[in-house]
Amino acid sequence: MALKMFQAQIKLLRFLFLLIVIYGEVEHVYGVWPMPQQITQSTERYLLNPRVFALSYANDSMAQSGCSVLDVAFKRYFKLIFPDFAHGTGGPGFTNIWSEPEPFTLVVSVRTGGCEGYPDEGSNESYNLTVSARQAALRAESVWGALRGLESFSQLVYQDDSSAYFVNKTEIEDYPRFQFRGLLLDTSRHYLPVNSILSTLDAMAYSKFNVFHWHIVDDPSFPYQSSTYPDLSNKGAFHPMTHIYTQSDVRRVIAHARLRGIRVLPEFDSPGHTLSWGKGQPDFLTPCYKGDVPSGSFGPLNPTLSSSYQFMSDLFKEVTSVFHDSHVHLGGDEVDFTCWKSNPKVQAFMAKMGFGSDYTKLESYYMENILNITAALNKISIVWQDVFDYHEHIPKDTVLEIWRGTPAEIRAELGRITLAGHRVLLSAPWYLNHISYGQDWRNAYTVQPQNFSGTEQQKELVIGGEVCMWGEYVDATNLVSRLWPRACAAAERLWSNEKKTSSVERAFPRLKDFRCTLVRRGIQAEPLFFGHCKHEYSGL
Amino acid sequence: MVYTLLFPSSWFYGKRIERSRLSDEVSLWPLPQQFQTSPVAFKLSASRFKIVHAPGSTAGPSCSLLQNAFRRYFKYIFGYVNEQGQPRSRVFDSELRELQVLITSTDPECDAYPSLKTDESCKPSSRVFVVLGLETFSQLVYEDDYGVNNINKTSILDYPRFSHRGILLDTSRHYLPLKVILANLEVMAMNKFNVFHWHIVDDSSFPFLSRTFPNLSQQGAYHPYTHVYTPVDVKSVIEFARMRGIRVIAEFDTPGHTQSWGKGQTDLLTPCYSGSSPSGTFGPVNPILNSTYDFMTSFFKEISSVFADAYIHLGGDEVDFSCWKSNPDIQKFMEQQGFGQDYSKLESYYIQRLLDIVSSTKKGYMVWQEVFDNEVKLKGDTVVEVWKMNMVEEELQNVTGAGFTTILSAPWYLDYISYGQDWKNYYKVEPLSFNGTPEQKKLVIGGEACLWGEYVDATNLTPRLWPRASAVAERLWSDENVKDIGSAYSRLEKHRCHMVRRGIPAEPLFVGHCGHEYSGL
Repeated sequence: MALKMFQAQIKLLRFLFLLIVIYGEVEHVYGVWPMPQQITQSTERYLLNPRVFALSYANDSMAQSGCSVLDVAFKRYFKLIFPDFAHGTGGPGFTNIWSEPEPFTLVVSVRTGGCEGYPDEGSNESYNLTVSARQAALRAESVWGALRGLESFSQLVYQDDSSAYFVNKTEIEDYPRFQFRGLLLDTSRHYLPVNSILSTLDAMAYSKFNVFHWHIVDDPSFPYQSSTYPDLSNKGAFHPMTHIYTQSDVRRVIAHARLRGIRVLPEFDSPGHTLSWGKGQPDFLTPCYKGDVPSGSFGPLNPTLSSSYQFMSDLFKEVTSVFHDSHVHLGGDEVDFTCWKSNPKVQAFMAKMGFGSDYTKLESYYMENILNITAALNKISIVWQDVFDYHEHIPKDTVLEIWRGTPAEIRAELGRITLAGHRVLLSAPWYLNHISYGQDWRNAYTVQPQNFSGTEQQKELVIGGEVCMWGEYVDATNLVSRLWPRACAAAERLWSNEKKTSSVERAFPRLKDFRCTLVRRGIQAEPLFFGHCKHEYSGL
Repeated sequence: MVYTLLFPSSWFYGKRIERSRLSDEVSLWPLPQQFQTSPVAFKLSASRFKIVHAPGSTAGPSCSLLQNAFRRYFKYIFGYVNEQGQPRSRVFDSELRELQVLITSTDPECDAYPSLKTDESCKPSSRVFVVLGLETFSQLVYEDDYGVNNINKTSILDYPRFSHRGILLDTSRHYLPLKVILANLEVMAMNKFNVFHWHIVDDSSFPFLSRTFPNLSQQGAYHPYTHVYTPVDVKSVIEFARMRGIRVIAEFDTPGHTQSWGKGQTDLLTPCYSGSSPSGTFGPVNPILNSTYDFMTSFFKEISSVFADAYIHLGGDEVDFSCWKSNPDIQKFMEQQGFGQDYSKLESYYIQRLLDIVSSTKKGYMVWQEVFDNEVKLKGDTVVEVWKMNMVEEELQNVTGAGFTTILSAPWYLDYISYGQDWKNYYKVEPLSFNGTPEQKKLVIGGEACLWGEYVDATNLTPRLWPRASAVAERLWSDENVKDIGSAYSRLEKHRCHMVRRGIPAEPLFVGHCGHEYSGL
């Protein structure tokens, strides 16, 4: 008797509970950052219980169990969807006593395989996501699109005050506006421990960035441990054992990135920005002269010696086999000519080549040789805009990256480069190492990458952009909080529809929420303004 | 406050080790007043080195503050050395076996709180400076190429230039977890700061859990359980600070900056009017109601017992008059009091009554400069804090001219960030550059680096504060002639690596590296 009454009560409660589920007031319909191309949400919401939640492959999916990228992604996203469950504290507010949990399955379907491949230019990142009662269907062309869809789904799930997990009825059709959405880290001015890089890759995936531009060496240090030229890091790193990236470190970074659909684009900048190279590679840099005698200091790489080209060829042979991406960044920026000018052998070479006193011709001569070297290795080159400014005879498929100028100058440069038929990347407005007081994310958000005068074809040559975190004032102590959530502003600009995301004011509350999501996931993202997150950052 | 590091007779003397790159290996921050070092180096062994009370010291093993400090600094000196089982028997040629700590004052004050007075007395030994001396000692120890800890023969006589060397943290605009506050007290000690100015409540939230008025945080905190400081939390902050010779001065800012107070205390704030009816918004504390003063009396009675320091900071800055002006009851009161249209008189009226209330709790008070500017009658021992950037020198001149002690924070608002090495600007500040008599200059007792919370929480606080605040630390501690930027740069670069080595994410000054990078991600 008592038992029957109890069961009847449970039934009643369950009915009431259902009513709550269906008609209950919805406090938040959480958005997705960056904003999907198409999203419709209703207030109808479904309770998710981690104990009966599953991620699975659809029968018609080309990817099935054993797909390395998605198998680990399922595991990763389960933890991101149910943060309490992962931490072993608390759980859903409703227990089995009065509500039999309703199973929910996220079914993933991928049209093409490629589970073991690397994301690259042309990877299809589009996906469709339908969330309905008991089931969500995620359809993607490739595994990379499936990763983007999993990320969106994880951002749709939220917890109410009793810590129960909910997801609203939702339809998403999504694809990126730009195919190249990069983030540059500089590991030369300060060494960044591998863990810092890996957690940056995590946060990149949360914002749907897809290229890690690794500015791995520069003037101050050479942390890349080359198997061909080990002296480069032995002598050029801050410390030959503790401040280097071994081959296995590099592989770890590439593997971690691959699993998140992120390309790793290495940059070996030359002929300038190479002081640290000179320590481990004698006769590589140009000796500067004071009058008739060498001053003891060195300038850019010595472009007059054939040994320089042999060295670069060997180094790039190694680099292009270690890094899988179809592209490689060759730098080519900020070459200071004073040292070249001071050196009598360089002067003689200039005369021999008929360059007169135009040292940009010497630089062009060098870059042309390097571009040929990488082309011979079947890699497409990316270079900083300086190379275009100095020199018109560069291969058509070379990508130019714009890094400087006022907004007007940037627009003009975009016009010029695309008119010449080159693809172009924009990073000038997104130098996040430059800091100021207040909400500077707003400036990053309102950038319009295709707002320049040019034809439709020209605009299509803008393939994306990058946020840059140069390392003068940044190391592992402040990298994460300086990068996030400021980089998120650029992430939305590069992924989302510009018209739908034109209002900074509408973005503000969404970014505030997303910042708290990042904090909840252990990313030390700094606050946008005063306020609080339900779960504050608990590290130091 | 003076401490000395000398050479106790218990040192093992032996073969001299020549150190040519002495300045590369020893770097002290902030720079001591008198400092002599020699190339004679001694090794320190983790298994044999001890920090002990010297014979004749007035403090002994019952002084828990020192016992704790001994352990803390032992760990800083040796904490990174691998402890691999039993050390093999091996004697160094020259080894430092003991650091003897000698307290000579009759009362070692092991259980007291640091105070402004302790600082001013300058008696050549109390426990606070022993803690500071231990910090200096730990900075003298360096690792040689073999990974062995070394210390050079050194003699130091040290005392601070200013007695109030503070850091302000704002726990209202963002809540700061206890862990972050404690960690920053630890870093403060590494930089010889001695005042934690706790701007604990403000408009945005009221995280202080009051026993007398629990509704204040129940309604006014961001969250009544996860975003509050309980009495136990507050106590642990104060004790943690005391152990490091740091005073905790709480600020309860009124009558402005009190939006969050209004949520849990009805009728405390002034209702603003739109035309002839209340608009539903509220302004500063309502200064015309007796209930306001009753509340303040009970509230500050609690505060004065919770916070042990002899001073309370009462704020008094940035009062917006527009709401007061809109309220007909206030207008009437202004008329009755004969204030005319001068609302600063009403503000003074409020502050005056508040000061009387707080005085009756036997506490001294600190206020922001507006209170002085508005000619409120202040007790002789009031500390006026100068924060406005325009006319800083004139203000210092006026405040000290009127005979009040003052501290300077205007040039050290570290929440303002910009690209590059802004620590140099903080370093170059000379607090006594204003026109005034020597007596007036003596009234400048120090300064504070302020990290307001609009854009700062646990995610970015520590790297934003350090090592930028270290620049302020040296300005307030070291002799005024210590101002060479080049020397400061190379010492500060090493000091920042010291902090990183101790697990503190202090950001870099410029391109370069530390032997042990931050790994606490």
